[in-house]
Amino acid sequence: MSTQISPANQNQPATAATPRQLHYTAPAIQLLQDAEGYLLEVELPGVPSKNVELTVADGQLTILAHRPEPSGGPKVVRHWVQERSAGNFKRVFDLDPSIDPASVTAEMHDGLLTIKLRKAAAHQPRRISVTSGS
Amino acid sequence: MKLTTYRPFAPEVWSPLERLNSLKDLFDSAFALATQLPGWQGAVWAPPLDVYETENSVIVELELAGMKKEDFDISLENDVLTISGQRTVSKEREGESLRGERFFGSFRRSFTLPVPVQADGVKATYQDGVLRVELPKAEEAKPRKIAITQG
Repeated sequence: MSTQISPANQNQPATAATPRQLHYTAPAIQLLQDAEGYLLEVELPGVPSKNVELTVADGQLTILAHRPEPSGGPKVVRHWVQERSAGNFKRVFDLDPSIDPASVTAEMHDGLLTIKLRKAAAHQPRRISVTSGS
Repeated sequence: MKLTTYRPFAPEVWSPLERLNSLKDLFDSAFALATQLPGWQGAVWAPPLDVYETENSVIVELELAGMKKEDFDISLENDVLTISGQRTVSKEREGESLRGERFFGSFRRSFTLPVPVQADGVKATYQDGVLRVELPKAEEAKPRKIAITQG
């Protein structure tokens, strides 16, 4: 089986673009495959869609997101339970060569990012009709 | 009493994989028991929760992406707020699952409110994958300013 679309190395060395002090967590995903391509769901609750950055480059799909500080504001008198957190999310996927980079579309609803990746026409299944010879 | 042939060396007795299965059953039963503990009540998982207090209300926020408003069940009984519901797999999704990290099924969170609230003024909104329940404090729980009168 080829590399498909799979999580790439998350621990890339720090560069100018990704300073070391930035800490990233990997969001939970769900990946499905059908004949036409892949469906990738990324859980980003509490992240407004303007804070999500998606890039396809060099055969990789990169998801970057930032969740602002939750339940905050100066109005808070007292915290009773604090399990939510702010933070940066990052996840990189290697794209299978069969995926057409131009076909990637993404939608965000209720904190769930849905990315559709379609296979290039040459990789799509094609039904060939059988004609009877005469 | 059951009457069966005595076969001490039958494959189902000696198969090491069979033994593993019984170990699995043991684990399953332990976890099944855990989800029956009070508080869980059959729920499978617990999404992250924040509870905080402002001057006039108690605010509860539950983080849960990809839900429908009607799939939440919020109830207030005495001073215990319970948020439960079901996250179901969307029906239009088809295909072979290659990787699954998302939780589906029933969830439940319960919380004893720190101050008395007005049950009829509770408001809930769901936005960007966060459910926010705002419970206005009861009048007696709100801070009161006491004016100092000149003697």
